[in-house]
Amino acid sequence: MGKYIVKRLLSLIPVLIGVSLIVFFLVRLIPGTALQMYMGTQVEATPAQLEELKRLFGEDRPIPVLYFEWMGNLLKGDFGHSLRTGRPVLPDILSRLPISLELTIYSLLLALIIGIPLGVLSSLRQNTTGDFINRIIGLIGLSLPQFWLAALLVIGFSHTQGWIPMGNYVPITKAPLVNLKMFFLPSLAIGFGFAAVVMRYTRNSMLEVMQADYVRTAKAKGLPYRKVIMIHALKNAILPVITVTGFNAGYLLGGSIVIEEVFALPGMGRLALYAINQRDYPVLQAIILVIATLFVLVNLVTDLLYAWADPRIRLDEQR
Amino acid sequence: MKKPRILKNGIAVAGLILIFLYVMISIVSIFYLPFDPTAMDAKAILQAPSLSSGHLFGTDEFGRDVLSRIMKGTSVSFIISVSATAFGAVVGIFMGVWAGYLGGRIDNIIMRIADILFSFPSLLLAIFIMAILGEHTYNVVLAIGIVYIPQFARISRGSIIALKSNEYIRAAKSNGAGRSYILAHHLLPNITAPLIVQISLSLSTAILLESALSFLGLGIQPPNPSWGNMLSSARKVMLFAPWTAIYPGLAIVLLVLGFNLLGDGLRDILDPRLRNVR
Repeated sequence: MGKYIVKRLLSLIPVLIGVSLIVFFLVRLIPGTALQMYMGTQVEATPAQLEELKRLFGEDRPIPVLYFEWMGNLLKGDFGHSLRTGRPVLPDILSRLPISLELTIYSLLLALIIGIPLGVLSSLRQNTTGDFINRIIGLIGLSLPQFWLAALLVIGFSHTQGWIPMGNYVPITKAPLVNLKMFFLPSLAIGFGFAAVVMRYTRNSMLEVMQADYVRTAKAKGLPYRKVIMIHALKNAILPVITVTGFNAGYLLGGSIVIEEVFALPGMGRLALYAINQRDYPVLQAIILVIATLFVLVNLVTDLLYAWADPRIRLDEQR
Repeated sequence: MKKPRILKNGIAVAGLILIFLYVMISIVSIFYLPFDPTAMDAKAILQAPSLSSGHLFGTDEFGRDVLSRIMKGTSVSFIISVSATAFGAVVGIFMGVWAGYLGGRIDNIIMRIADILFSFPSLLLAIFIMAILGEHTYNVVLAIGIVYIPQFARISRGSIIALKSNEYIRAAKSNGAGRSYILAHHLLPNITAPLIVQISLSLSTAILLESALSFLGLGIQPPNPSWGNMLSSARKVMLFAPWTAIYPGLAIVLLVLGFNLLGDGLRDILDPRLRNVR
């Protein structure tokens, strides 16, 4: 297992370098230089000041050199400065990261709490009306745009106190219950579609496992039905569900970008949209890098969990 | 005449019916719309849906007819979703097929690029590309298409690798068939099943992505109607005029549902492993 972990960690390096290359060079494709954007809001500069600004914005050096400077700074924890506010980017991102992460984790939990029991139920009552209704609801869940569900929730709950977090965000560390209540609807809007995915995977996986010999053996030796389902079937059926969950955490993180906007939650998504509208590219560049890195790390953890749970995977890789 | 297998699958048929309805609506909208979808009417601002006024789905905050705007938005959604999927599929399949067939260094390079593109959550990647390219309909197609490239590349590469060691491929090679000939005549026709399913699912996510981009103000620009930007402008008024938000969203859900039903049905039909499970 140790060897496998090291191997996977090493394979992360080229991917992260690739991500940083894409982020860095794509931002430079934007028409107009950062300096021009900055100057757009400023008064005329003397030639000497212009030289100084050019040096500051790196316009006197070739782009590959700038990339290595940028990477060097990143490794030192310097993510650059906002073109609009002049403030360093990293503290702004770090203060907003908890909101987006909480939304992601909360919605993930909701999706699992809704999806797994429904999937199990559906599989146990395969081809009944209940199963059919479940599947249709699942398909509708997959087809709902998250932001539309969010809008419907806002309309539906607009008269109830404390459920809609309109501009009065409270961190979980200050008032956990108020915070959890406030984050419930946004997380539901993000997680509902994913609950449908979890439900479908649980159902299919359970159906497969229920046909396995060891489940038949367990039934034949007279174990209580509940025990067969919970211990023998579900425990094995849950494995693919975990994988899907891990690989979709990024999709939930992406969803939080839109949902933060609907519920006016000051997370990374809102910061990203603000950066796009203000053409504040150092901020945008840093956010995308942070989210992509998180995404890659979550995928890695999922891979490792899976390999830990199923030894066949890591044996396969070593071959 | 034998009934095609797809028509025996209830789920796929339900999907086809929904999609067909939308195709009809978008054809009708070329020739007929109840009102001009961009004409503002100061006397008819935020009217509730009613038969007598002719505004079946009500009007928005500029007095524009919601139904006409939804109808007009149908073709926008279709065009974007079909062209983005086509772009992603063509480029992705091309890359994946050659990577899988040639193997070695080319395979490595192509798949690492796909891995890197995969490291971005799809909506984030689309948002990023839109921020760089600027808000334009073509760019929406490009942004969503790029998101799809790695997905199609992976699927087609996997299928090609599974196929290429088959006897009949070796036979074709020993008969002197060239690479391109083998790819076009022996390999591609045999990997269509997983690709068809992926295409129908991609069509559905493209609609969701486009609407999310437009909702955030990065996609189709007003006054041109798209379901996403209708929902975006509805946000300001939806608490007292919920119809401005409900109907465009419903339009999205039903079309996406149509593609998802079709995709699910196709998977049932084309994937023999699942046929017994269900």
